[in-house]
Amino acid sequence: MLTKEKAADIFDRIRRFSSADEVEAIFTGSRFALTRFANNAIHQNVEEENSIVSIRTNFAGRTARATTNQFDGESLQRAITASENLARVQTPDPDLLPMPTSEEANAAGEGARATRFFSQTVAITPADRAEVVEGIVSVAGKHKLATAGIYSTSESGEGIFNSRGLANWHRQTLAEVSITMLADDSSGWQKLNSPDVSNLDSIRLAETAAQKAVESAHPREIAPGKYRVILEPAAVLDMVGFMFWDYSGVAILDQRSFLNDRIGTQVFGENINISDDAAHPLQAGSPFDGEGMTRQRVQLVENGVVKRVVYARATARKMKNSEYAGKVGLIEPTGHGFPLPNEVGEMPLNIVFGGPENPQSVEQMVASTERGVLVTRLWYIREVDPYEKIVTGMTRDGTFLVEDGKIQRGLRNFRFNQSLISMLSNVDTMSAPVRACGEESFDMVTPAMKVKEFNFTEATKF
Amino acid sequence: MKTVAHQALDAASVRGVTYADARVVAIRNRSLTTKNGRVGHASESESLGIGVRVIADGAWGFAASADLSRAAVEAAAARAVEIARASARVKREDVRLAPEPAAVAEWTTPYKVDPFTTSVEQNLDLLLKVDAEMRACPGVTLAETGMNFQREESWFLSSEGARIHQTKYSTGAGYTAYAFAGSEIQKRSYPSSFGGQWQNRGYELIKEMKLVENARRVAEEAVALHRAEQCPEGVATIILDGSQLGLQIHESIGHPIELDRVLGMEANFAGTSFLTLEKLGNLRYGSELVNVVADARQEHGPGLGTFAYDDEGVAAQSTPIITNGRFTGYLSSRETAHAIGAVRSGGTLRAESWNRLPMIRMTNVSILPGEKPMTLDQLIAATDDGIYMETNKSWSIDDKRYNFQFGCEIAWEIKHGKRVRMLKNPSYSGITTEFWNSMDAICSRDEWTLWGTPNCGKGQPQQVVGTGHGASPARFRNIRVGSAYQGS
Ligand SMILES: [Zn+2]
Repeated sequence: MLTKEKAADIFDRIRRFSSADEVEAIFTGSRFALTRFANNAIHQNVEEENSIVSIRTNFAGRTARATTNQFDGESLQRAITASENLARVQTPDPDLLPMPTSEEANAAGEGARATRFFSQTVAITPADRAEVVEGIVSVAGKHKLATAGIYSTSESGEGIFNSRGLANWHRQTLAEVSITMLADDSSGWQKLNSPDVSNLDSIRLAETAAQKAVESAHPREIAPGKYRVILEPAAVLDMVGFMFWDYSGVAILDQRSFLNDRIGTQVFGENINISDDAAHPLQAGSPFDGEGMTRQRVQLVENGVVKRVVYARATARKMKNSEYAGKVGLIEPTGHGFPLPNEVGEMPLNIVFGGPENPQSVEQMVASTERGVLVTRLWYIREVDPYEKIVTGMTRDGTFLVEDGKIQRGLRNFRFNQSLISMLSNVDTMSAPVRACGEESFDMVTPAMKVKEFNFTEATKF
Repeated sequence: MKTVAHQALDAASVRGVTYADARVVAIRNRSLTTKNGRVGHASESESLGIGVRVIADGAWGFAASADLSRAAVEAAAARAVEIARASARVKREDVRLAPEPAAVAEWTTPYKVDPFTTSVEQNLDLLLKVDAEMRACPGVTLAETGMNFQREESWFLSSEGARIHQTKYSTGAGYTAYAFAGSEIQKRSYPSSFGGQWQNRGYELIKEMKLVENARRVAEEAVALHRAEQCPEGVATIILDGSQLGLQIHESIGHPIELDRVLGMEANFAGTSFLTLEKLGNLRYGSELVNVVADARQEHGPGLGTFAYDDEGVAAQSTPIITNGRFTGYLSSRETAHAIGAVRSGGTLRAESWNRLPMIRMTNVSILPGEKPMTLDQLIAATDDGIYMETNKSWSIDDKRYNFQFGCEIAWEIKHGKRVRMLKNPSYSGITTEFWNSMDAICSRDEWTLWGTPNCGKGQPQQVVGTGHGASPARFRNIRVGSAYQGS
């Protein structure tokens, strides 16, 4: 595994090889293992080890990047030359800043926090993974179901070094389990990840997925239309994830954000509070951004009002000099930039929803629902309208009719076409936020939500 | 590199495997974009490594390493065997591979101009010309362009004696003009959206695409969409352009015919398929006019799914998927062929790179053009009342591939054989087999293009590969339109 010390040595060689005004290197090293199962057997089982260095050179307003996964002198030299050649032919960009010094990058603190590296996650072997899968398969067997899913573990190190003295490093582990349970005409699903493998109770997740498959058997079709809907946390995050690309200074400047002309206004219901907080105890990931800047906590939405967006260094400067300067709330570098050069600027990736005053569990939401639909998971979500933020997608793996405060039966899956603005203006009730993961968006700390007037437009055949 | 692969095979075989293969892959990539008159990003990348796949105790193991030293390669092979023995603890039956003659071959994508010999200045100059054309149109608020080249060289060796050296080139480019006004963002892309057009060719593809020549028109359409009427909600006759039909094929034919999905191997992520095994040879998938093949051979064209051998050494083939409307074939591999009683794999196993396990992927899944000569203009002229839709904007389909909904960038209403007015925010939805059974006309060969989809995701960990889809414009009757905006 790549360590900070080894990366520092390689960076020294890169500096010596380069003739650029400034040079930066982003390192990622990882060992990743994943055991995949289907039809109650392991059918794919993989492991990889890789290390990458991505080199950026600067020549007076011109910058470019080249990447290699080989650290011999010839490969490094080739990557440096490629980066320099790509940079030199450009016209200077007046908005390109010098690389940050260590003092500038870490001015907001180095993001000191609890470790996200757990030796018990590193220690997991192929035999350990097989044993966990055996346990999940035995749950499937008990309920006469077929199971499919994954169990994976990884350790990684990532760091950024530049010729102005920056040398930031982060290492972490991650363990993840995802389980689908299949019956003849129904299915159920659960997924969870954590840096600490001991936080994953795969048997309990398997039991929940199995219960959903059993309870949604023989689904019935009901007419699409507007329903009161209870969205479990994974369903919430997979949907709302589609709007966070727009909480970016560059998105505003490029006029491709749904927040153009909306910052400072009541966009969502008063019960919606959203921050980006890489240091939150339920979050994972690196404490610094693509330029090495500390990721700061940013309150994006307060009582339904969009307060501000996030900024890379150059974007903040550009925004301050733009026609939007007085209309977008506080403008300052927040440590959310992507590695340069890029065209999208920045994005909040450590979303944390604020907890409600009176959190209600999903069970309590069901109990207080006269008629509605309980959704486990959503799938194949895509943006239909970029400004009204209408997204489409399907329900999947456990969709239930709720009547008279009880889950009554499984339903055939629906297609929805739903504006995120109106959805987050129609939230009745929320659970306490939890760390959740899906497949369409990045992991978040998010509650389950009960939403009025959720717009199902079609039903499918199962 | 052949030596490295041999070291891996030797290290695996002394550990008692019944099968092993090793793939050494070297990938080089160039990616350039512009935005509003400036370079968006300029980057190159190289990746090199080995993936070792083995069967031990009747189960699979795979390990990959970027370190190609002898010690690291032997360690990767040993790890693959250890992983296979762990897999065997939770197995139902032993893996069975359909027989395949061990090929010894060399192959390179035919190309005229190696894209990496073109200068970055030349590449950026072209993109900035396109950008200037778009931004010369008043009302355009954002102009984005992009160009990509990839060279993938691979050495495949198997314990059965296969020795295959392949080099594949792919090239892609495209652009989008955005117009934000009032409370609406509209956009137009060329030659297609989400990265443009891609093929397994050299720089000659870029030259043929007429990128600069189309930029002004495309930008003007983006702005004009703000003045267009909303696409109505209801049931209509629709005509789809070739690129949109290509994506329709990808989602509602290409994915459901993947035999691993059908067999439940993808149930946790990508999903399963409505095409259960008893439907082979029996299901009426589409109307008589619907003829679809999965064809990886160079004769089919330079698609992103074109190669000489797949990533387990099976020669490129053409498989009839839908024949005069009847469902006739799946995409298969050596491991899955027996499930459909096939004696040989269909040759569709591909991996994103050295560090990924090859899996069943679409090759070039293409609809054959109509035999009767018909241009798009003639098809429109032969349509009394309908909507012509162009260029994909959104796509979504359920996890068994029944219910789909697509949005397009632009549409025109057709009355009495003529385009009478532009429509914005067009969308259509339906159920896969009902949709393909409603196709009543398709344009002929001169309107047929082999489109490239560079971003198809599948597998855990996810792998992104390119697929090809030949299509010409076609007409569909009684299709639900406008549902994407229904109720909002
Ligand atoms: Zn796909």
